[in-house]
Amino acid sequence: MLNGIWLGMILIGFVFAAVNGRMNEFTAAVFDGAKSGVTVSFGLISVLVFWLGIMRIAEDADLLKKISRVLGPVVSFLFPDVPKGHPAIGYILSNMSANLLGLGNAATPMGIKAMQELQTLNPDKETATPAMCTLLALNTASITLIPATLIAIRLNYGSADPAAIVGTTLAATAVATLAAIAADRLCRRLTLLRRPPGPPPAIRAGTASATGSATLPHSSVKG
Amino acid sequence: MVTFIPLYAFSRKVPVYESFVEGAKDGFGTAIAIIPHLVGMLVAISVFRASGALDFLMGFVSPLVQSLGIPAEVLPLGLLRPLTGTGSLAYTTDLIRVHGPDSLIGMIASTIQGSTDTTLYVLTVYFGAVGIRNGRYALKVGLFSDVVGFIAAIAVCLLVFG
Repeated sequence: MLNGIWLGMILIGFVFAAVNGRMNEFTAAVFDGAKSGVTVSFGLISVLVFWLGIMRIAEDADLLKKISRVLGPVVSFLFPDVPKGHPAIGYILSNMSANLLGLGNAATPMGIKAMQELQTLNPDKETATPAMCTLLALNTASITLIPATLIAIRLNYGSADPAAIVGTTLAATAVATLAAIAADRLCRRLTLLRRPPGPPPAIRAGTASATGSATLPHSSVKG
Repeated sequence: MVTFIPLYAFSRKVPVYESFVEGAKDGFGTAIAIIPHLVGMLVAISVFRASGALDFLMGFVSPLVQSLGIPAEVLPLGLLRPLTGTGSLAYTTDLIRVHGPDSLIGMIASTIQGSTDTTLYVLTVYFGAVGIRNGRYALKVGLFSDVVGFIAAIAVCLLVFG
């Protein structure tokens, strides 16, 4: 599906650029995109280096194990196939708390670290496990630093009540997160059903769930 | 967090500075590993926008939405938000600048921007960091929750500010 979307966007972009006579813009856009890809990655370096350092301290102080014990039930419900006490649990928890607190740039390194830990449980290193999909679902629907950024922008343009959006944002986020968890559960069930009984997850399941047409689902917004 | 963790660790006899440096070493490599994935993604997105394909898609959808009492100006956000964090933030800022932060459009845009994360970016970074090629249903789930969040954001704003 990702392959299809990626190729589709480039092809559609090329066709439109040709029709609209925007070939120059098209070429410029290629280099712009490449440039921002590198810039964004470099922007991440400082954040990653710092937070992973802090997290290592937490790990060495057994903090992650402690947090895991308290919030364990929530995580074991969401991630049934990660063994209790596995390091991944601690990072998943840190990632979730950072998201909840709106520390978007702390959430990313924890999320990456959690992914790396989940990868150690993955028999097929190139295919995502259900646990990885759940972690992504939680993160894509999550609140980020943006409310703080947005409040600043609103203040900047003279809003009477810059924080007025906090409530609506929370409501929308809650709905999106619940939808993500529900959809993730459903997909997980479907892949389990498609698989012949055998060892637990991460056998290349029915590819029907991994491939699909490159149509953007926004068409479903229409009704 | 920045002060509590080292303090707590120090009280438990952890060599905090050595620990910090040890953990920080992983950071650089991880960021570098993400570069090819991000470049690939951001090129596709920026090409799609610059060619006018995004505007064309919007032209299709806006009459439908106008009839529901939803301002069409916020629609591009629905497409931009899952694709590009900076792009959608720029668009939101522009809407706030033009229509005012306390207008319905300003409120809806702020709410959409704040209520989900950039799905494609998160997917690219997380899977890229561990070399996953086949993401199975992760992208579908992420985009589905984006659509739900988008609709919820508009609905909540119409209820509260409409």
